[in-house]
Amino acid sequence: MHTISELFKKNIRQYGMNIALVFKKNIRQYGMIIALVFITILFQILTDGILLKPLNVTNLILQNSYILVLAIGMVLVIITGHIDLSVGSIAAFIGALSAIMMVEMQLPPFLAVIIALGVGALIGAWQGFWIAYVRIPAFIVTLAGMLLFRGLTMIILGGQSIAPFPNSFQKISSGFLPDWFGGEGIHILTIVLGVILSLLVIWKEWKERKTQIKYNFETAPMWIFIAKVASLVAVVNVFTYVLATYKGIPNILVILFVLIVIYSFVMNRMIAGRHIYALGGNEKAAKLSGVKTKKVTFWVFVNMGAMAALSGLIFAARLNSATPKAGTNFELDAIAACFIGGASASGGIGTVIGAIIGGLVMGVMNNGMSLIGLGVDWQQGIKGLVLLLAVAFDIYNKSKTN
Amino acid sequence: MVRTVSDFILEMRGITKTFPGVKALENVNLQVKEGEIHALCGENGAGKSTLMKVLSGVYPHGSYEGDILFKGEVCEFKDIKQSESLGIVIIHQELALIPYLSIAENIFLGNEQTKRGIINWNETTVKTRELLATVGLKESPNTHVISIGVGKQQLVEIAKALSKQVKLLILDEPTAALNEDDSENLLNLILELKKQGISSIIISHKLNEIEKIADSITILRDGKTIQTLDMQEDQVTEDVIIKGMVGRDLTHRYPERVPNIGEKIFEVQNWQVDHPEQEGRKMLDNINIHIQRGEIVGVAGLMGAGRTELAMSIFGKSYGKNIQGKLLLHGREIQLNDISTAIQHGIAYVTEDRKDYGLVLIDDIKRNISLANLGKLSRRGVINESEEVLVAEEYRQKLKIKTPSILQKTVNLSGGNQQKVVLSKWIYAQPEILILDEPTRGIDVGAKYEIYSIVNQLADEGKGILFISSELPELLGMCDRIYVMSEGRITGEVNREDATQEVLMKSMTRGRG
Repeated sequence: MHTISELFKKNIRQYGMNIALVFKKNIRQYGMIIALVFITILFQILTDGILLKPLNVTNLILQNSYILVLAIGMVLVIITGHIDLSVGSIAAFIGALSAIMMVEMQLPPFLAVIIALGVGALIGAWQGFWIAYVRIPAFIVTLAGMLLFRGLTMIILGGQSIAPFPNSFQKISSGFLPDWFGGEGIHILTIVLGVILSLLVIWKEWKERKTQIKYNFETAPMWIFIAKVASLVAVVNVFTYVLATYKGIPNILVILFVLIVIYSFVMNRMIAGRHIYALGGNEKAAKLSGVKTKKVTFWVFVNMGAMAALSGLIFAARLNSATPKAGTNFELDAIAACFIGGASASGGIGTVIGAIIGGLVMGVMNNGMSLIGLGVDWQQGIKGLVLLLAVAFDIYNKSKTN
Repeated sequence: MVRTVSDFILEMRGITKTFPGVKALENVNLQVKEGEIHALCGENGAGKSTLMKVLSGVYPHGSYEGDILFKGEVCEFKDIKQSESLGIVIIHQELALIPYLSIAENIFLGNEQTKRGIINWNETTVKTRELLATVGLKESPNTHVISIGVGKQQLVEIAKALSKQVKLLILDEPTAALNEDDSENLLNLILELKKQGISSIIISHKLNEIEKIADSITILRDGKTIQTLDMQEDQVTEDVIIKGMVGRDLTHRYPERVPNIGEKIFEVQNWQVDHPEQEGRKMLDNINIHIQRGEIVGVAGLMGAGRTELAMSIFGKSYGKNIQGKLLLHGREIQLNDISTAIQHGIAYVTEDRKDYGLVLIDDIKRNISLANLGKLSRRGVINESEEVLVAEEYRQKLKIKTPSILQKTVNLSGGNQQKVVLSKWIYAQPEILILDEPTRGIDVGAKYEIYSIVNQLADEGKGILFISSELPELLGMCDRIYVMSEGRITGEVNREDATQEVLMKSMTRGRG
């Protein structure tokens, strides 16, 4: 009989080989990061350095936050093998609803936000019911939802815009973390947060390495480990420094960061996430392995509804008005972000981080093209081509590995 | 063009095909005589399918070494179209018919009968009728393929091949999904086609079929030709074939086991199940069965007897409507209203169809093994991934899953190894009752033996096993007791000592009367 540890020593060499394999498998995501860096550098040059100016970096975050929030919810939907076309309309509807609650009914913003998120989840539950339990294809249910909630938006707004929102509500999108240290010209709290985050990154990586050693798994050589951690720390601190030289960390970035961390954790480390992947990979097999497939599908759409609501709130707060046209084409941007970020249309494949990177690729391109004065007509066309090429690259990669 | 005189319709000489890191075929030779039925045998992964893909042009000329001579002429196929134009037609294991098109449309798909670009439906129908008559299929050419059974679909595939003026017909596991009657029909048809001068290559794991119809046989092992034998002259028996395939004598096809049978642990009483869609159609009627600790209980029956339906309706009501009757675990009645409840009560079901129902093919081995018992690996919903790796490694060793790594995607494994992953998943779920539905279907002889050993070991550990199989020798070799099903009812119960193929077959064919 082999003991487990003996067994592992025997296999260590194989795990070493697997590093190459893992890299190959994840080339899609590394590829996306490389593409993001490339696009950023390209526009940094084309815009004579405006792109990465502190003001513009802050703008980039503010401009894309509501799409990124949608992309987080959407990537879950896409992993389960579905699609949601209604999120733009839901965002508009929730924006309108929140305006009515806050501007016309004078409800306190905090309460209004809670209610709005709850209504979003209810809308998600409504759609999830038809998709999971009645088994109507998500494309159809959410296409209906897209029309339905756009219509409802116009009805409750009476075709008019409602503005302005209370100040405290606007802060969601336009506010920044206060500087408790009272820095002059530089936002010290931001720098401090950057340092804290760096320490967390170091701690987490170190802990992971220790677990690997404990279980006798293959670990990367020490210098690679240090190089990896060092570059992560560098990226974090350069980023927070850039933000600190403007107004510091926008509130919305905190929300986004928390969402990304939570959803990545759920998808990678928790049973719920594993069930979502299994369901998307093979619904029948997942069901026969005890995954409650209907329930999982239902909750993924409830979640999407709540995320769409959050996105609608962020957008309304940023615009400081609820308009009948809000959220138009949001669904397409969110879906594109997921696919650019490596999600598969047939389900089972995709990551939260990938969707975020995909969203940033689109965001940087939008921003960069606007800065160099390219018209919306050209922007649309170029974005379309990028989406097509990203997915083509993905499929080419897959056929090569098979 | 080089011409050599020979009585071979096909000669493949020195075929070598490498994939990155693997030599799939090494200097393989295959010679098929004009007008014969040539069997191609070998374990899964021996290179049979690769060889046929080389032949048909799926792997184009230039991607392999060696020569292909068809009717004495050297061929360099760039794609399937070219090989088909010479009359080499493959019928794959997974049928390539389009369910919502008619039989006629399927037969002439890609080969439409047209006049100036417009489809001539009259001619299509007339020709289809002729072809269907040839293969002995009594269906209207306008019937949708989805509404006929697998056996008839197989005949449609052959009719389609005939429409292409086939000279050499290649059948990959043609009877794997067929019941005895349909298999018999199909084999007779192949013999009939031989009389009309059509040569065939048949790939099959069912050695008795090969013995029955093949004129000669080529055995592959590990990508190499082991031997080519004339069935008559060399007096080939099943044992000879098995020896060639696995490279050793398999004196015992079923591992030895001394049954140690304990008390009754699971009982199904007066079980009744209706068809899920057709109102009031009874699929299972008054089923009473029980399983004892450490016992392997077989379930025999023809296709459509209701064996899979029985298993699935027990397993968390995953089949059927209006389910009535009682389930008793250790004498206490239990309600299994969904699958996760069934798993919690210690019931596991290894499905008949690994790829569609057993595995998440795009996921790796590790994630597939843990899927049914993630609760054990996690605390407050958070999975301990290091522990997960250990578990997967343990099962890889225990069940001898042949793979470079547990991070390998299951889609890349051979049938036998895929089945071991499914078994690992369910053993890790720690069931008391294990329902195995055709656990060795489409698996080669060597891997079958390993699966049998695993099943025996599970029984020795005190689990109760319900073993559903269409292969009677397998049931006779493995089971302590066998239930026979026919038309949704139990029509027989036979102990190991009294069981013979004849006894079982008699109960299997007993109708409602």
